[in-house]
Amino acid sequence: MGRQLTISCFRYNPNIPGDKPRMQDYKLEEYEGMTLFVALNEIREKLDPTLMFDFVCRAAICGSCAMLINGRPRLACKTMTRTLPSRFTVMPLPVFKLIGDLSVDTGTWFRNLQIRTESWIHTNKKFDFNALEVRMENKTAEAIYEPERCIECGCCVAACVTANIREDFLGATGINRVARFILDPRDERSNAEYFEVVGNEDGAFGCVGIMACADLCPMEIPLQENLAFVRRKMAAAGLKLQFPGVKIS
Amino acid sequence: MSAKHTHISDVLVIGAGLAAERSAIEAAEAGLSVIILSLVPPRRSHSTAAQGGMQASLGNAAMAKGDNPQIHFEDTVKGSDWGCDQEVAKMFTETVPSMIRQLDYWGVPWNRVTAGKKKLPSGLEVEDTKDREGLITARDFGGVAKWRCCYTSDGTGHTVQFVVDTVVCKLGIPVHDRMEAISLIHDGETCFGAVARDLRTGDLNVYLAKSTVIATGGAGRIYAASTNAVINEGTGGAIALSTGVVPLGNMEAVQFHPTGMPPVYILMTEGARGDGGYLLDKNLHRFMPDYEPKKKELASRDVVSRRMVQHIRAGYGVDSKFSTQQHLWLDIRHLGRQWVWTNLREIATIATNFNGLDPAKDLVPVIPTQHYTMGGVRTNKDGFAYGLKGLFAIGEAACWDLHGFNRLGGNSLAETVTAGYIVGKQLAKYTLGATQTFNYKLIEDFVKKEEERIKNLISGKNGRENVWEIRAAMQTAMMDHVHIFRTGPALEQGVAKLQELYRRSLKIGLRSSGQGANPELAQALRMPGMLRTALCVAYGALMRTESRGSHFREDYPKRDDTNWLKRTLAYWKEGADLPTLDYEPVACPYMPPGDRGYGEATAGPKK
Repeated sequence: MGRQLTISCFRYNPNIPGDKPRMQDYKLEEYEGMTLFVALNEIREKLDPTLMFDFVCRAAICGSCAMLINGRPRLACKTMTRTLPSRFTVMPLPVFKLIGDLSVDTGTWFRNLQIRTESWIHTNKKFDFNALEVRMENKTAEAIYEPERCIECGCCVAACVTANIREDFLGATGINRVARFILDPRDERSNAEYFEVVGNEDGAFGCVGIMACADLCPMEIPLQENLAFVRRKMAAAGLKLQFPGVKIS
Repeated sequence: MSAKHTHISDVLVIGAGLAAERSAIEAAEAGLSVIILSLVPPRRSHSTAAQGGMQASLGNAAMAKGDNPQIHFEDTVKGSDWGCDQEVAKMFTETVPSMIRQLDYWGVPWNRVTAGKKKLPSGLEVEDTKDREGLITARDFGGVAKWRCCYTSDGTGHTVQFVVDTVVCKLGIPVHDRMEAISLIHDGETCFGAVARDLRTGDLNVYLAKSTVIATGGAGRIYAASTNAVINEGTGGAIALSTGVVPLGNMEAVQFHPTGMPPVYILMTEGARGDGGYLLDKNLHRFMPDYEPKKKELASRDVVSRRMVQHIRAGYGVDSKFSTQQHLWLDIRHLGRQWVWTNLREIATIATNFNGLDPAKDLVPVIPTQHYTMGGVRTNKDGFAYGLKGLFAIGEAACWDLHGFNRLGGNSLAETVTAGYIVGKQLAKYTLGATQTFNYKLIEDFVKKEEERIKNLISGKNGRENVWEIRAAMQTAMMDHVHIFRTGPALEQGVAKLQELYRRSLKIGLRSSGQGANPELAQALRMPGMLRTALCVAYGALMRTESRGSHFREDYPKRDDTNWLKRTLAYWKEGADLPTLDYEPVACPYMPPGDRGYGEATAGPKK
């Protein structure tokens, strides 16, 4: 016999007239290797077919299932119930628009981020179907892959003091995204052009340095280092704009 | 209730994975207006879960020297066990190298050749030469003559989808995510678009277009254990089948990947074996060379999966806390910590997350697991679906028929973008020349039909069957009767069980109110379609009295080119509880049926 779990879930469906936000308890028996993916599906299939939540890959690679688990933003699919007390809470991520219960609209938020930061390769070269690829050092490819690993789950945004009070803040994920393109030699944007995008209070300078993002990133992306990298680039670009001719090491 | 919004575009793409987005780019660049519908935001599509890489004969790595599209073509045909469309395979293998390079131009951080001498885990010494340094490298994969699988660590699907999606963003192609197409609008001759349910609000919307593309991925979730994401329920194929005029091709061709990791059945990439990993049994004996002396762990997936089950049946399976059924081990410890946590980082993380294992020092439990749907909406080589004008299908949802009865690892990710490009061009050409008139009454009738279904599910007018119970019973029936080893009697029982479940699925009644974006309603709407799909698999398997690729009949263990060099076409007639099967010949214009070079027919039962 496993433990008896009590999962206290946030419930509210804004599409049902008169529905009110509340917490609802569900009891179920734990078993070996149980994840929150298994537990929440069991609730839906056996106890309450109306419970809304999002899972896609259930392998911690697609970023769909981030939620507040006992107050901390985490991916539900890889959270083992044995790491939690027998009674715990699950709530939707803050910052993102609520769709219902544990389901939030990260898709729209991240789409806007891509567009605001123009997160695509900017180049004047034309693609030639008959040409070989441009050579690149393998270590450069590996360096780009590091920030590219972000799965846009939103944990860093939900955990961010600034993002919780400033609607337009790009968050660690946004700064990480820009770092990815700065690192990429195929992108021809200058530092001054990146400065336009992230050299302000909504970007690299809006962070107040609590670094909860770096602690909570499920992909363990070095968000602190990436912030330092982008800030240094932007500081240099800012100085250059303000004091042309000053030499920056 | 009637349709909340009506959207009109030139092209409607259903799905937002790699095949979907790549075709949308082609259509948008031709100046067409495109709308993409998706169950989830594009970057959550199951394409992102592809790990190992993409096959393309660039020939840059030391072990890739001399590679070319012809060798890739031959590997693909052998892999398919002569079930594929050779015209498609030719076109594909010739186009895919420039697709890889275009992805590079768009920003995929492909791993590169580093020059120098290297000692492979097999003991072989190779040298990557200076003249190739910095070009895109490749790793070994199953069933191939050359190292051809281009990769970014073991997160290739992720990087490729993210980069292709950047192009979709740049072109401003609208993506309506959390929007599920629940039926195709058609008059028996032409497809006019789809009725879709908004998964945010529960509202029904109408999408009208000159061309509709089905790119919804596979149907792995008809099985209880699958590496597939939970959204891979074959919804696109099911709505095409429901038209009664569009057939699904070769649905009995289901791939079981050798290395799903129990108890969660998440994929451990073939790249693990490509990079030199072994399969071990309960005595920690490396058994694959006993069965397949030539290709060892790197025979094609159908062969390795069968050999694994054969070995477990012979009494060499492992009992462990990781699984209620016996399994085998994947051993990559000898590749070294640096390699494992750089080039196989995603699976190393998965093994840590879900089983607390570090593959650099621990063995990882593995078991053959449903992985890929070779069958799908049957199309011609330009991607035009059979049966309806203006309907196209691509990627895993389609039976373009690159894969025949067994897909080679790394050929699916490669297919997505290549088919997206090739079919995208053809559909753009078609759409530019097409006009469309919409019969309002016809559209309204389709909306009304869906409203009626929803109303009946909520009121329980047709019955009170429980959707989750039916789904679980279907998944179990597929595991028990339509798995790796198949026999006539077991398949007959399976078909009977699925028919019974299908009839019950027409009597589902909700336990909840069905209000808003209700998840029980979403599942209930899909359930009859999933069962029709499952029946196409089971019934197709029952009727195909031979063994070819992944379809293995213990009562007909040999490939039968005299009678079965043909493709199954499954239709669903209105009111039926079984598909109607038809067959078309498979032509072999370039490579007549022969020896695969691995597998039971070549290597025999056990050396």
